Amino acid sequence: MSRIEAEVGKPQGGLMKWIDDRFPFTKTMEHHVTKYYASKNFNWWFVFGVLAFVVLIIQLLTGIFLTMNYKPAAAEAFASVEYIMRDVEWGWLIRYMHSTGASFFFIVVYLHMFRAMLYGSYKKPRELIWLIGMLIFLVLMAEGFAGYLLPWGQMSYWGAQVIISLFGAIPVVGDALVEIIRGDYSISDITLNRFFALHVIVLPLALIGLVFVHIVALHEVGSNNPDGIDIKKHKGPDGIPLDGVPFHPHHTSKDLVGIIVFLMIFCSVVFFAPDMGGMFLEHANFEPANLTATPEHIAPVWYYTPYYAILRAVPDKLWGFILFGLSVMLPMFLPWLDRCRVKSIRYRGWMYKTALSVFVVTFIMLGWLGLQAATPTYVMLARVFSVLYFAFFLLMPFYTAMDKTKPVPDRVVYHD
Amino acid sequence: MIDFKRIASVLALLACFVGAPQAMAAGGTSHIEPANLEQDNAASLRRGARNFMNYCSGCHSAKYVRFNTIGKALDLSEEQLIDNLMFNAEKTFETIQSAMPAEEAAVWYGKAPPDMSLMARAKGADYVYSFLKSFYVSEGSPTGVDNLVLEGTSMPHVLWELQGYQSARFEAHKNDDGSETTAFEGFEQLSAGSMDAEEYDDFVRDTVNFLAYIAEPIRADRRKLGVWVLMFLIFFFILAAQLKKAIWKDVK
Repeated sequence: MSRIEAEVGKPQGGLMKWIDDRFPFTKTMEHHVTKYYASKNFNWWFVFGVLAFVVLIIQLLTGIFLTMNYKPAAAEAFASVEYIMRDVEWGWLIRYMHSTGASFFFIVVYLHMFRAMLYGSYKKPRELIWLIGMLIFLVLMAEGFAGYLLPWGQMSYWGAQVIISLFGAIPVVGDALVEIIRGDYSISDITLNRFFALHVIVLPLALIGLVFVHIVALHEVGSNNPDGIDIKKHKGPDGIPLDGVPFHPHHTSKDLVGIIVFLMIFCSVVFFAPDMGGMFLEHANFEPANLTATPEHIAPVWYYTPYYAILRAVPDKLWGFILFGLSVMLPMFLPWLDRCRVKSIRYRGWMYKTALSVFVVTFIMLGWLGLQAATPTYVMLARVFSVLYFAFFLLMPFYTAMDKTKPVPDRVVYHD
Repeated sequence: MIDFKRIASVLALLACFVGAPQAMAAGGTSHIEPANLEQDNAASLRRGARNFMNYCSGCHSAKYVRFNTIGKALDLSEEQLIDNLMFNAEKTFETIQSAMPAEEAAVWYGKAPPDMSLMARAKGADYVYSFLKSFYVSEGSPTGVDNLVLEGTSMPHVLWELQGYQSARFEAHKNDDGSETTAFEGFEQLSAGSMDAEEYDDFVRDTVNFLAYIAEPIRADRRKLGVWVLMFLIFFFILAAQLKKAIWKDVK
């Protein structure tokens, strides 16, 4: 006789038990929320994962409502966006949230990745979390790129034209590949239609799946902390890490504060500067796509420009494409490039600190250069910073192995 | 070590906002002067709407803009809209269509006059303002004029009755490497219009103000709503901060 049959007729434990006998609800909640212990000394660098999740939700919800009014056809797309902006009730808010959300997705994800570099979050045993995270980043780049074509403005069209034609640099298969991506001999209604399918179905599904796996993997090994130490080494008699506090209510209440501060910044942009001076919504994109007039200056949106600057810095088309691809992929190898036994920047030596500082400057400078017209001076500068970008990764095995480290404490420490 | 962390945080945040106020795109930026719009000035917007409908809408459509949207923002009644602004439209929900068929316009001018719904957002208000002030007499041009901001424009100087005609003075400068560049030195009034320079500037400013308004009719509303949203978030922040403090009070 099974457990369920034995209890027929005498309700005990109520609805929760009824569910738990059939689905691991309480178990799952405990494992991921109420009994998931994370270090008590998280600083604000550790809020960006949750913020990325918040932005994902914003993008999914606003995206659904945009889809209800948007028309994925070359003849109608631009006008349908203006219809959303002017005639759909609250359409302007939904659209501005979505366009601002795109930029903030990258802001938050870049900071989230930088946190991992500060505190060695990608190191053992979290290599797989890092790899899944990098996949999320790649899908996000594709998602942003596909979405940028949809308003069918001048920059949508010509930006896509430039980036898709890059694939033509690949020998032998290049031209065929470009045709497969476009589905046509030039960017057309067909391209717009398939990019719409990618943007609203394929890539969001991949994104949600990968985020799920990212979190499952994280909760298996546990979160890192600003000291980069394992809090599970010291457990109390109840088996709970001494330096850990439960995700809920402790970290959720703290994250809520972070989410509100984030929303303040986010809403300031949405309500007071949705164009962000042409950074979040480019001026040229307020003109409908014109196949016969190339804009004077084509630049991708700011979140792609560090890599775009590297692409332009290389004189050869094929090598430019290879180094462009490499610059996006290289962070994937961080867990194996970094030979230091210490995780956190707090206990690392001057070499890694210097390298990381130079890298931050390099990344910002490349991003800025990618937005500018390619004058000889800027191309020269982009070359210098491209070399620095690659040097950070390729020399890492050497300087991290040589670096002198400080003793790592046994228990977490507060730094203010 | 702490210093380093601070520096790193500042740099990372900078990474997000670097270069935020990028200069307006498009060429010829050197001849662009600030329009100094008063976007909340309803009287200026009303004058601008009048100017646009009288001088621009014959050739330029604003096909995403409905008359009743304008009426609401400019505080105009249905009768006022019909009497003063709607020359070739019957219902107030209609959009601003130009009187000129686009195909024929393309034949007449070489290029159909562009739609004005988003012009102020695509090119910037300063650009449109400067453009309307920078027509000068040019012998070789089919329209008799050229424009300093958009060289070779196919638009005639529609506002000549108001501004009059002006000529542009260019001077050649020898560079150090022996090449020559011509630089714009200034305008000279050839014939007077019905307005003096200051009146004309105001006329153009009002018109551009209206164009900036139709480019984003929701602008004023979103700014008003934004204040309330931020006030709510501040209030919510205080509550959440208290909650966090209460929950964390035993954590050492």
